[in-house]
Amino acid sequence: MTPERPFAEPWQAELFALTVALSEAGQFSWPDWAAAFGATLKRHGAARELDGGADYYAAWLETLEGLLDRAGSAPAAEAHEMRHRWEAAYLSTPHGKPVRLGE
Amino acid sequence: MPHDDHDHPHSLLPSDPALRVKALETILVAKGLVDPAAMAVILETYETKVGPHLGARVVARAWADPRFRALLLKNANAAMAELGVTGRQGEHVVAVENTPGTHNMVVCTLCSCYPWPLLGIPPAWYKSDAYRARAVREPRKVLAEFGVTLPEGQKVRVWDSTAEVRYLVVPMRPEGTEGMDEAALATLVTRDSMIGTGLPLAP
Repeated sequence: MTPERPFAEPWQAELFALTVALSEAGQFSWPDWAAAFGATLKRHGAARELDGGADYYAAWLETLEGLLDRAGSAPAAEAHEMRHRWEAAYLSTPHGKPVRLGE
Repeated sequence: MPHDDHDHPHSLLPSDPALRVKALETILVAKGLVDPAAMAVILETYETKVGPHLGARVVARAWADPRFRALLLKNANAAMAELGVTGRQGEHVVAVENTPGTHNMVVCTLCSCYPWPLLGIPPAWYKSDAYRARAVREPRKVLAEFGVTLPEGQKVRVWDSTAEVRYLVVPMRPEGTEGMDEAALATLVTRDSMIGTGLPLAP
């Protein structure tokens, strides 16, 4: 049996690993995760049919951001700022050099 | 657009979701809420180690060994443990056996609960709205789309997974496999046959 690649893109794999690691570190239980994720999928699915690919992980990411925001461990404003710091780091790092977060 | 170093002297910007994941990870690692080493182990496990070949070993053993089959149907986790198949999202597995009278099929209508230690990460179609909604409503139609046509007398039973209980379908051993050893039998057990949307391969 040839194994299929489980994740289409590296960020989906990282998101998956991050979520599982957080749950195992006691940040939330898996049933709580499933309930929150199910609710996001339901909300997204009401607007349009989800194909289980990229849209599935988009819903996953939105769920995790929401949980961490409500828990206060990664407030939305902080996450947003950090996202832009990473973007700035990529834009200011010459091609081929390792990208590091600026101060 | 072709990538040109004159137009794009900086590093290639990751996609929006990739940046958001990076942001969460940076924040949580800095706060000590998640361990990057633990993440790396999880990544490696699900990208390279866990997959349907593990479920196939369990099914092949059940086909070959009546004692193991009985244990699998009574206490799937005890049987799985004998083969060293354990892990997260597989703490409570129920094995459901196909018979000439009943074909079993598994879905998660809530999200995408799936027996990771046996089958790995679910395929996209398992996570799609279409499958999640239709598997319960019109299982025979869904099966037909997977190329599975069941005899008229065989009824379909659909099992809805939860965050607590995961299901493994034990397909019927194909005819013409008498005398095959477990390793050869395992090659006939497809992922879809263990979800119930497929049948094992013919020898």
